[in-house]
Amino acid sequence: MMMNNYLMLSAALFVIGAVGVMIRRNVIVVMMCIELMLNAANLSFITFANYRHDMTGHAFVFMVIAVAAAEAAVGLAVVLAMFRNRETVDVDEMNSMKG
Amino acid sequence: MEMAIFLVMGALSVGFSLVMILARKPVTSAMSLVAVMFCLAVLFALQSAHLIAILQILVYAGAIMVLFLFVIMLLNLREKEGEESHTKGYGQIFGGAIAFTILIVAVGSTSMSGSPAGLSSDRFGTTAEVGKILFTKYILPFEITSVLLLAALVGAVALVKLRMR
Repeated sequence: MMMNNYLMLSAALFVIGAVGVMIRRNVIVVMMCIELMLNAANLSFITFANYRHDMTGHAFVFMVIAVAAAEAAVGLAVVLAMFRNRETVDVDEMNSMKG
Repeated sequence: MEMAIFLVMGALSVGFSLVMILARKPVTSAMSLVAVMFCLAVLFALQSAHLIAILQILVYAGAIMVLFLFVIMLLNLREKEGEESHTKGYGQIFGGAIAFTILIVAVGSTSMSGSPAGLSSDRFGTTAEVGKILFTKYILPFEITSVLLLAALVGAVALVKLRMR
């Protein structure tokens, strides 16, 4: 029973992150929302690991944290390069690759 | 007791994540995200994932969020008067509500049966067990992660140093 509560919290955080990605225009806040979605997925992993008493979920969360760190570093570097070129962090104005 | 901690931390994390997506200033969003990560670390520790809880605070709330705050500081954005920081997203919010309903119904209608096979409860979640599984069964992904981090390091430096004019 307790496990369903954790999964519902995870779903709530994931949906809040997804809505944030769609409604925010500042690209840095959009990246923060992506981090929130990754965290919600981590909560699900830990919940299932705790339920099954299986350590594989912990190994997965370890990998997800490492990948999130790499993603944040490269993503923020892209944002910095973009800001130098275009003087904006608005996702609506980053449309130079739009057909 | 566990239920009480879960309710408090769950409510706090949902509240802070709402603050994060609604706040006007990026710094407010970043600090709210740090609060959400602390709440989640408590929830991880509550489920006896002690190493992951510590990593959550060290790597997420520490390293990654400092990186975000540094970039916010470097960009030094001026708040323009009368400019909207949100798109008018009633459709998006409606879609999010539908997705949330579907997920809740899916979780609620699932009954997790079957015996939780695996480790005994005194060994589950200890750092020694995490280390054991990372260095035996998942040694290859673990080593590839180091290559990924090196690639990210080189890529980030190359992107920032590049003069694109």
